[in-house]
Amino acid sequence: MTFASILSLSLAAILVQNFIFVKFLGICPFLGVSKKTDTAVGMGLAVIFVMTVASSVTYIVNEFVLVKLDLMYMQTVVFILIIASLVQFVELFLMKMIPSLYKALGIYLPLITTNCAVLGVALLNVTNQYNFIESVLYACMSGVGFTIAIILFSSVREHLEYANYPKAFEGFPIALITASLLSIAFMGFQGLSIF
Amino acid sequence: MKKTINQIIDGLFTNNPVLVQLIGMCPTLATSTSLSNAIGMGLAAAFVLICSNIVISLLRKLIPSKVRIACYIVVIAGFVTVLDLLMQAYLPDLSVSLGMYIPLIVVNCIILARAEAFASKNGVFRSMIDGLAMGLGFTFALCLLASMREIIGAGTIYGIPLFGANYQPVTMIVQAPGGFLCLGILIAAFQVVIKKVKGRKS
Repeated sequence: MTFASILSLSLAAILVQNFIFVKFLGICPFLGVSKKTDTAVGMGLAVIFVMTVASSVTYIVNEFVLVKLDLMYMQTVVFILIIASLVQFVELFLMKMIPSLYKALGIYLPLITTNCAVLGVALLNVTNQYNFIESVLYACMSGVGFTIAIILFSSVREHLEYANYPKAFEGFPIALITASLLSIAFMGFQGLSIF
Repeated sequence: MKKTINQIIDGLFTNNPVLVQLIGMCPTLATSTSLSNAIGMGLAAAFVLICSNIVISLLRKLIPSKVRIACYIVVIAGFVTVLDLLMQAYLPDLSVSLGMYIPLIVVNCIILARAEAFASKNGVFRSMIDGLAMGLGFTFALCLLASMREIIGAGTIYGIPLFGANYQPVTMIVQAPGGFLCLGILIAAFQVVIKKVKGRKS
């Protein structure tokens, strides 16, 4: 793998094919945990970690167990079990090591299991036929893309508290309109490619 | 009977999973680019929701509460696999256009939320009706959003052109930003309507 291909894969995963704004994966935590920037950062980091580890484990299991035994149709079931146990592990780890972050993430930590971005990246690795290094890199960079999106969004949302908008839009709707504007900004990266 | 009707109205309007409970956003945004996709996705999710609600309700006394989430996910993932294979066999076009969003039904929050909040506490028949009601509510919300996006963004409805050749479609609406924008406006409008209706009742 050359440096150029690493760079272009990362660029695509972070900006051009951003998980939130282009692929619509991981919207629930994106809208749920973005009220404060610090929790958004914590969530982003947790997602990067889970996504990277999950995609390396799912790659190994897929390649050496499912493909060998011709059980490809079990992918969804096996992948979600791997992700669920990984999230459980991260939860225990955070509870012991960083209790403050554990408290701040609250209900959204176990919900990483049902974060479509994590299962999505595992499935995308299979459909795009990435090898091991590409899979891990793609997962990590998609996680970075998610983190950038959620941090940008949460910093806009913190300011929204002082904004004056129609009452009907209170809460969720105004957040979605904000996301739409950010998504338009991310459309500017469409077609961007180096080399 | 009255209870059943109430449950269905609850799922469709007053407690609509997408427009009121605000869950299941990812498939809502991603598959509402055209009405045919929306109907396919809505019914697929409804199928999984009904089946998983029935099975979880049957097993509710057997599943130990500490590992219940994992058990629910296995049941749901099983049905999603069945659905995925059935769609690949009988509806190949729809299967291709929905793509990875079919296996992603596993992580649709609506299904897990109904399993946890309803099927694990209620009888089989009630759970089945709940699955049907919530599934229809999801389909209804998806269809509303999709027709809004398809009419503005492509000038067609269910693939049939509406405005003739001179209409310049606003393609942004069928792309990602339009999804967020339309859903935001739709939820705001729905909240106003629900508030008005509730105010009239009380």
